[in-house]
Formats: sequence, structure tokens, C-alpha cells
Amino acid sequence: MSAELKNTMSFSEEQSMLLDTAVEFCKAASPIAEVRDLVLTDSGVRADVWQQIVDLGWTGVAVPEDFGGSDLGLAAVVPLAESMGRHLFGGPFVATQLATQTLVAGANAEQQAHWLPKIVAGSAATIAFAENDGSWDLQAISTTLTAGVLSGSKTLVLDAQIAELIAISVRVDGQVAIALLPSAAIPTTQISRDVVLDETRRSYSVVLDGVRVEPDQLITGAAAAAALQATEQAAWLLHAADACGGIHATIDLVVEYLNTRTQFGRKIGSYQALKHPTVDMLMGLERARSHVYHAASLLSAQDDAEVALRMAKAESDDAYNFAADRAIQFHGGFGFTYECDAQLYLRRALWLQYQFGDSPYHWAALQPLLLGN
Amino acid sequence: MSELAEFRSEVSAWLSENRPAEPDFLLPETFMEVGTDSQFHYLRDWQQQVYEAGYLGMSWPREYGGGGKPQALQDIVTAEMARLNTPFMMNTIGLNWAGPLILSRGSEDEKQRYIQAILSASEIWCQGFSEPDHGSDLGSVQTRAVRDGDDYIVNGSKIWTSLGQHAKHMILLARTDPDASNKYAGLSFFLAPMESPGIEVQPIRKLTGEFGFNQTFFNDARIPATCRMGAEGEGWQVAMSTLTFERGVSGGQAGGTSMIAMKVADVVELARRAKRHGKPAIEDPWVRDQLVRFLSEEQGDRLATARAKHPALVVDRPGALALSGKLRHTEHRRRLCQFAIALQGANGARYMGDAQAIEGGKWQRSYFNAFSATIGGGTSQVQANIIGERVLGLPKH
Ligand SMILES: Cc1cc2nc3c(=O)[nH]c(=O)nc-3n(C[C@H](O)[C@H](O)[C@H](O)COP(=O)(O)OP(=O)(O)OC[C@H]3O[C@@H](n4cnc5c(N)ncnc54)[C@H](O)[C@@H]3O)c2cc1C
Repeated sequence: MSAELKNTMSFSEEQSMLLDTAVEFCKAASPIAEVRDLVLTDSGVRADVWQQIVDLGWTGVAVPEDFGGSDLGLAAVVPLAESMGRHLFGGPFVATQLATQTLVAGANAEQQAHWLPKIVAGSAATIAFAENDGSWDLQAISTTLTAGVLSGSKTLVLDAQIAELIAISVRVDGQVAIALLPSAAIPTTQISRDVVLDETRRSYSVVLDGVRVEPDQLITGAAAAAALQATEQAAWLLHAADACGGIHATIDLVVEYLNTRTQFGRKIGSYQALKHPTVDMLMGLERARSHVYHAASLLSAQDDAEVALRMAKAESDDAYNFAADRAIQFHGGFGFTYECDAQLYLRRALWLQYQFGDSPYHWAALQPLLLGN
Repeated sequence: MSELAEFRSEVSAWLSENRPAEPDFLLPETFMEVGTDSQFHYLRDWQQQVYEAGYLGMSWPREYGGGGKPQALQDIVTAEMARLNTPFMMNTIGLNWAGPLILSRGSEDEKQRYIQAILSASEIWCQGFSEPDHGSDLGSVQTRAVRDGDDYIVNGSKIWTSLGQHAKHMILLARTDPDASNKYAGLSFFLAPMESPGIEVQPIRKLTGEFGFNQTFFNDARIPATCRMGAEGEGWQVAMSTLTFERGVSGGQAGGTSMIAMKVADVVELARRAKRHGKPAIEDPWVRDQLVRFLSEEQGDRLATARAKHPALVVDRPGALALSGKLRHTEHRRRLCQFAIALQGANGARYMGDAQAIEGGKWQRSYFNAFSATIGGGTSQVQANIIGERVLGLPKH
């Protein structure tokens, strides 16, 4: 095996306070009825809730102080993402955090000074890395930038409709670069909504043909590689945190029903065919959550976190999909309805699974890291 | 170097220097499988040596033979023992459940009488809870204890008694009042001397083919009434507090390992040496996939211990990590051993005694032995009930 795995686990006062606030805030701001209402809206987010998020300082948690943030790092975003996942938050928070990572890890001082303060102040941002072939390999880019003009298209771009900044991975003369494009530069007719499983999410396909990029809007060379990597790792971590929150809520939903519904004269939760898999859900959550907070701790300590992050993503995807799948079954006929909340969690679980590598993808990637080639 | 780090290296050096030479017989894998006299003496001598060096019962009170030191030091010793895979501390029932029980609710006399001999392994303890007809449903045990002057007369039988053939004392759960208002209220708890006339111990052969645990018969066995712990009818409460020590839910154990450590890294090494379908097993895609998942699961358990130290990260479902430890660890071990056979391909079918068995059939034996912990001490199914009911609040009936 390569290196011994560490068991670092740090959780600061600040993180602890953020977690407390987030648990309370998200519960109040996102009751299930509200989640369902937002499904029917265009943006998927309530302007006043977004403003409260901004006022709480969450959009600046991972932004350096020079640009108005609180510079607590990505690890401090984890309790926020987890709490949002627990209450099925939609909205541009995650996408904005990912774009923030792109900027922090790769943008130059002027680019950072242009975008980061706006983000802290509430401008949404997003990343456009995925393409139509569905590859999770972020190096697999066919969008090109030639003589300042883009050619190609991106897909599964979160919140493109409301984001002010879209960070787009491209190839320039064969080399990977990232274009920091104001969304206003893309004609609205070239942005169309994707139909995705998770109806709380807003996802778009963006045709980039003919769109101009100025030289000062580019991240190139080693900075581009660093930005891609940091963004990808942030995506693994925040999606895993979202999943942990979701498993927690799924278990609550199941336990509530198992304690309410009676069949054959007994609470159905007394049947071990239901009770034991529910315990398995809990075991899956506890394991995934330990991995998530460990990976966050490694990132805070600027340790190599790839193994930990991949484990966190794979474990949380598997655990969430197991929990949400069983949640449908354990609700019987009601579980088959649109009205039953279990479907909301199953859709989120599936959606998360297919972001930035599903669990089989990460298990496979872990093989050479842990076992050698 | 910090004081703790210094202590760690001192312990590590001592263990490496003093660990007993590999014996020419197979050692048991857990305290539940100590069968032969040579296994017994080898392990008992080692525990005594560790105790005399001051590395066992370090946090127990000095006046009873302990070290009177912080628990953190003992935890370091236990972790080093696991890391270096030194032989385990065989008097586990004394060290980790009878001992803490006596320390927490025994009389001064009992502490003076029993504690040091537990640590030095001069007196071995066994546990008489399960019966042929009542295991998981412990509250229904029927072994009878009838008061007769200064004694109780005991009749009935206990089964699956680990270490029974070597034990000086038994923690015994027996029925003193068959007419009590409910089945639990009729029970009493004893620190029973195994030398009493009328107690007979009969070895039972295990699924591995070896001997390990026993059946214990009581035929008008006389036990002094002074051996009762707690009042008559309080046996169930005492037994339950024993189980919280046994399952690691309460602290206070003397320390030391109670089984051979088993790490996924050992199975990764096995996969490098063993062949599956003509090729090194480590090249097989299925083997690689499984190994990575086992590593992640093992790492998750390790991280759970680290996370449990941050109260803010465990408030959601209190008890979830502590109450699930046994279930997680024992099921992981069982599946890991099962997999360690599977990766051997056709050779997976061989067993101990076969000249071509991989590593002498060690993993086949380990797989069989792994059930000791998924059944003993409360089966996995019963553990799942406990977690479902106590942690998640699911209904019992
Ligand atoms: C190696 C070993 C060492 C042991 N050492 C000792 C010892 O030293 N002293 C001692 O007193 N005992 C000892 N035991 C006994 C052990 O505690 C019991 O075997 C165990 O509690 C199960 O009881 P049982 O064997 O009667 O099985 P049963 O209770 O009959 O169980 C049979 C099956 O039914 C399942 N089951 C039972 N009740 C439920 C339920 N409510 N819900 C779901 N499933 C259920 C069980 O999980 C199991 O799969 C040892 C056992 C082993 C294997």
C-alpha cells in the first residue's frame, strides 16, 4: 500500500458555530412545503433566503479576507452544505462555492479582485466543465478557444440563468485553460434548461459558439490545472456533505413513518425486515460523515486529501442511494406517489451520485492509489 | 517529543523486545477460543509478564493492584499491542467486564479479593449467562439458585462458557425466584467459585474442529451466599451493567487486546502472494474493487473513533457510534475473512492440515472463528435491534 492513511479529525470553534447556525437556519428557511413550492419556480431559490445567506456571510466563508471574505477555507463550507442537504436546498450556493474555488486556486490578483468581492456580496457564480459525452474526466475538453472566440458547448451547468460568472473549461492550442466569462456575454438564446432528476436543481446546457473571451478573462497553464483540481475536489467534498445531510433527513422520514404506520396490529417499525435496513442506513451515514469531516480536516491542514475525498464521495453516494431507495419501499403504495417526500431524497441522491464521478468511478480510481498499479 | 509520544515509543520498544517467541502450535484468535493447555499457559504467562511490567490495569486504583495512572496511557499500550499484533490478554472476561463491574459496584472486600488476581491472570474468569434454551433472550434463563442457610444450591446448565475449563470464578446469572412478578425480577447475580463441588465443565468442539468453549453443569452445587452481587432479584440490572462493559459502551476496562488484530492491509498482502485463476490475486479486478471498499470501511471505523472526540459532530444521534461499535467491527471482520478465502480461487477450498493450503489454511480458520464475535456477546441481529430501538427510537413490538 502507498502511504498509511491518517486519522486527522479537526473541528474548530468557528466550524462548530457555523454548524449550529446552519442547522437552525436551514430548518427554518427550508421546510419541505417550501422545497416543493420552489420546484415550480424558475430560479429555484427565494431571493430573501439568498439574501439572508449572504447576510450570514456564507458566500464569503471560503474567500480570503483581502476580498471581503472570512477566509475560513473550504472545510468551513462543509457544515453549511451538509445542513442545506438535510433540507433539500436548491439555489446557487454550491455552484457559487465551486466557482469560488476556481477563482481562489487559479485566478490572478486582478481577476480575484474583480469577482470575489461580488461573490461575497451575493452575486451567483457557476462552473461549466461538463460536456455532452458525459465524461467525469475534467481533462476531456472539446470546447476550444481560437483567436478569442469559443467553439463548443457545455452541459449540466448549474444555475446558469442567474449566475453572473461562468467559469468555463476550454482548450487553447491544445492546452487546458479556464475562461472567466460574465454570463451576459452569452446570448440568452444559447442557454437552455436541462431536465434533471432533482427538481430542486436548475441545470442548463450552454452553446458557446461565437462567444468572445478577452485575454484578461483567461486562467492558463499551471494555474488552470490547479483551479480544475481544487474545484473538482471541492465538488467531491460538498456533494458528499450534501449527501450526509440528506441521509440524515431520509432516516428521520423513515423512522417517523415506521413509528406511525400500523399493519397486522403492529407498528411496522417493529418488523426487522424494516428495522435492520434502517439501522444500515444509519451505519452508512455515520461512516460517510466520518469520511467527510476527515477529508475536510486534511484539506484544512493542506494535506494530500485525494484518497479521503474519493472515499467520502463514494461512501456518501452509496449510503444516500441505499437510504433513499429503501425509503420509497418502506412507505408502501404511498412511497410510489409524487406526494410522498421520499422521492425528493431519492432524486437528490441520484443527482449527487452522477456529479463529479459516481461511486464505482471513485472506487476504481482508488485502486491504484491504495493498491498500486 | 511529547510525554505521550515518549511513552508510546517506550511501550513499543518493550513489547517488541519482550513479546514471546512464536509457538510451535496454533494460537487461538480470540479469548473465546482458548482450547489446549499449551495455548492457555503461553497466553497466561504473557499476560502476567505484561502486568508485571506495569502495562495492564494502568488506570485501575493502586490499592487493588492497578497502576493509578491516566487512562490515556493504557489506551496507548492497547493501541501498540494491536499495532504490533502481540498476543492478546486472555483473561478478558476478568479484565474487561467482571473487573470493571467489581470496581464500580463491588464491596471493599471484593475489590481486595479479586482485582489483582484478574490483572496478573493468576485467577481466570468465565461467564455463565447463556443456557442451552436461552441465549439472546437472556432474561429467561432457568438455572436455579435456592437459598440454603449461608449458601445457595445451584442446579441447571450454562453453555458456550469460554475459558470455563481454566476458570477460577464465574459471573453467574441464575434464577432465585421463579414466581417473581416478571422474568427479570427473579434473577440474581453471583461471583461464583468454579471449584465448588457439583460444578462440572465439559469441552465443546467448535466449527473449526478445535476445542474452545464449554458446557457447565450444576448439580446441587453449593455457592456461598456472600458471593452474590447486588440484592436478590437485582441480577438483571447487574447483568446489564456487565454487558455495557462487555460491548464497550461503558469505559473502565483494564485494557489490552482480546483478539488477534486483523487489518485489511494483511489481506492486501495476502492478495499479492496468493494466486486466483492462475494470476496474482491483486491483479483481479473484482479483488481490487473489494479491497478498496474494505479499506474504506476500515478507515471509516477508525475515523468514527476520531470523530467521537468532537461533541459537535456526534450530537445528532447520541449513542450511534458507541452502540454500533461491536456490530461494525465484528461484521467487518467476518466479511473480510470470508473475502480472504474467496480471493484464493480454487485453493480457497483447502483447510488446515493440507500441505498446499495457503498460509496453512489460516484464513479459512479465521473465517470460521470470526463468527465467535458476531454471535458471542449478543448476536449481530440483536445488536441491530438495540441500535434501532435505542438510537433511532423504532418500536420494539
Ligand atoms: C464463541 C462463543 C463464545 C461464547 N462465550 C460465552 C460465554 O463465555 N458465556 C456465555 O454466557 N455465553 C457465551 N456465548 C453465548 C452467546 O452469548 C450466545 O450464543 C448468544 O447470545 C446467542 O444466543 P443463542 O446461542 O442461544 O442463539 P439464539 O438466541 O437462539 O439465536 C439464534 C438466532 O436467532 C437470532 N435471534 C434471536 N433473537 C432474535 C431477535 N430478538 N431478533 C432477531 N434475531 C434474533 C440470533 O441472532 C441468531 O441468529 C458464546 C458464544 C460464542 C459463539
